[in-house]
Amino acid sequence: MDFFISHYNYWIVIFLMMVGLYTVINRGNLIKKIIGLNIFQVSVFFLYISMGAVKDGAAPIITEGVKLYSNPLPHVLILTAIVVGVATTALGLALVVRIKESYGTIEEDEIHEMDHSL
Amino acid sequence: MGNHISLLLVVIPLIAAPIVAVLPRGGRLPWLTTLIITFICAFLASSQLWMVLNDGVISYELGGWAPPWGIEYRIDAVNAFVALIVAAIAAITLPYALLSAEKEIPQHQIPLFYSAFLLCLTGLLGITQTGDLFNVFVFLEISSLSSYALISLGRNRQALTSAYQYLIMGTIGATFFLIGVGLIYSQTGTLNMQDLAKLLPQLSQLKTVHTGFAFIMIGIALKLAMYPLHLWLPNAYTYAPSVVTVFLAATATKVAIYIMLRVLFTIFPDDFLLATPTYDIFILSGMAAIIFASIYAIYQSNIKKLLAYSSVAQIGYIALGIGFASSKGVTAALIHLFNHALMKAALFMAVGAIIYRIGSCNMKNIDGLGKQMPWTFGAIVIAGLSLIGVPGTAGFISKWYLVTAALEQQAWISVVVILFGSLLAVIYIGKIIEALYFKPVTDSNQSAQEAPLLLLVPLWVLVCANIYFGLDTSLTVGVAEKAADVLGVVDIGIMNK
Repeated sequence: MDFFISHYNYWIVIFLMMVGLYTVINRGNLIKKIIGLNIFQVSVFFLYISMGAVKDGAAPIITEGVKLYSNPLPHVLILTAIVVGVATTALGLALVVRIKESYGTIEEDEIHEMDHSL
Repeated sequence: MGNHISLLLVVIPLIAAPIVAVLPRGGRLPWLTTLIITFICAFLASSQLWMVLNDGVISYELGGWAPPWGIEYRIDAVNAFVALIVAAIAAITLPYALLSAEKEIPQHQIPLFYSAFLLCLTGLLGITQTGDLFNVFVFLEISSLSSYALISLGRNRQALTSAYQYLIMGTIGATFFLIGVGLIYSQTGTLNMQDLAKLLPQLSQLKTVHTGFAFIMIGIALKLAMYPLHLWLPNAYTYAPSVVTVFLAATATKVAIYIMLRVLFTIFPDDFLLATPTYDIFILSGMAAIIFASIYAIYQSNIKKLLAYSSVAQIGYIALGIGFASSKGVTAALIHLFNHALMKAALFMAVGAIIYRIGSCNMKNIDGLGKQMPWTFGAIVIAGLSLIGVPGTAGFISKWYLVTAALEQQAWISVVVILFGSLLAVIYIGKIIEALYFKPVTDSNQSAQEAPLLLLVPLWVLVCANIYFGLDTSLTVGVAEKAADVLGVVDIGIMNK
C-alpha cells in the first residue's frame, strides 16, 4: 500500500496516459481526438517533472540556507515540449477547421464515407 | 569558418524561413531565395562530408558549453552522409518546384509553402547534425509540423484528412520517443549520445532502461513507417503536392532511419540488444513489408499511391539490412537509403510531370501518354528498372549488397523474400509502363505535350545519378562502409544468438 501512495504521481501519469491514448484511438470526433492527444502529452509532462524531484529538495531557486535542490533540467526540457505541444494542437485545430469547411462534418466515419462514395 | 559548418547547415534555412514567408507574393522571389538557400546547404553539406572523411569526427559545442552539459553537434561519416542526401535532394527538388508548385498550390500560399519547406529542411538537417537526444526530439517535431502543413496544401480535400491522420500518428510517435528519452535520462542523468553510450553498459539490466528503449523504438518506427506502423504514409504521399511528395519520400523516412541506426548501434550496447528481440522484429517487419506492401502496390489505381506503398516495401529492405546485425547488413541498409532516395525522387518527379500536363495520375487517365511525353516516360522506365534492381542501375547495387549480407548469415528465407520482392516490383512497375506505352492514346491525351524543360532537367539529373551510382559505386559503397565502421557495428549475426 505504501508503494502506491508514495508513487501516487506516477499512477496519475499512467492513468492520464491511458485516458489520452484511448480517446485518440476510440473517438471518431476529430476535436475529441486532439483533446485526447493533449491529455496524453500532459501525462508525459507530469512524468518528466516527477522525475526531476529530489527527495527533500527545494525548488531550484538559489536561496540562502538551502543545500539540496530539485533537478531543474527536466523542467526546462518540458518547457520546450509544451511549446511543441501547443504548436501541434494549433496546427491540428487549423486542419479540423479546414476539414469542416470542405466536408461539412468533423466525424471521422462520415468523412470516410464521403471519400469512398466518390 | 570551417568548424561552423555543422551549425550553419541548421541556422541558415531556419533564419531564411520567416524571411521567405514575408517576401512579396506573386513574383518568383520566394522561390529564388529558397533555391539559393538550398544550394548553399548542399554545398555546405558536401564540404562537411569531405572534411569528415579527411580529418575525422567534428565536434561543435553550441555556445561554448562543453558536452555533456551543453548541446554538442557531433558529425561523423554517418550523419555527414545523411545530411548530404537531405541537402542534395532539396537542391535538386527546388528547380523542379517552381512550375509544379505554381500549378498545384494557390498563388497566395506560395511564399508560405517555401517557408514551410525551409523549416522542414531545417528540422531534417538538425536531426542529422545533433549529438543530443532531446535535441533530436525538437528537430523531429520541427520537421514533422512543417510536413503536416506541406501535405495539407494538396489540391484534393483528402489532403486535409491525410495530413490530420499523419499529425495524430506522428505526434503519438514523437511523444513515445519523448517518454523513452525521459526514462533513459532518469537512469543516466545525461542526454548526450556519446555520454549515454559510456553509461548505459553498466545499467543495461535495469527495467527502466528496457522500457525506455522500447518506447524510443516504437516512436521512431512510427516516424519511419516501419511495417505495420506505416498506415499514415500512403495517403500522405498520395494527396500531398507533387513537390512535397518528392522531397518527403526521399528524405523524411531516411532521416528517421538514421536516428534508428544511432540509437541501435551508437547509444545502446550490443549485449543489451541481444537480450531483446530487436533484431528479430526488424527481420520479421522487413519481410512482411516487402511482401505485403508490394502486393498492396500492385492493386493501386493511383500511381502516387502505388509508389507510396512501394516506399513502404523499400523501407522493409532497409529494416531487413539492419536486422541482419552485421556490418555488411548495415552497409547494405545505408546504400539502399541513398539509392532509394534517388529512385523514388525520380519516380515521383516523373509522376509530378504527368500531373502537370494532364492534372491526374490515375491509371485510367494516363493511357498512351508514353508516346506524347517520351522523356518523362523514359525517366519512369529507367527509375523503375532501378527500383526493380536491374544490373547497371543503382537499385541493383543495394539489392546485391543486401543479398550478400543475407547469404553471409545463411538467412535463406530473407534471400527468397528479397528476390520475390523484386519480382513484385516488376509487376507494379510493369503496370505503369503498360498503361503509358502499350495502351492506345485516348482522345483527351492526344493534345498532351512533353513536360517543360524546368521539370525535365532535375528529373533527368536524378535518372542519370541512378545510372551513375549503378556503375561507379566508389562513393556510395565507400562512404556506407566507413559509416557502418563508425557506428561500431559488431558482427553478431542472427545465427549466433
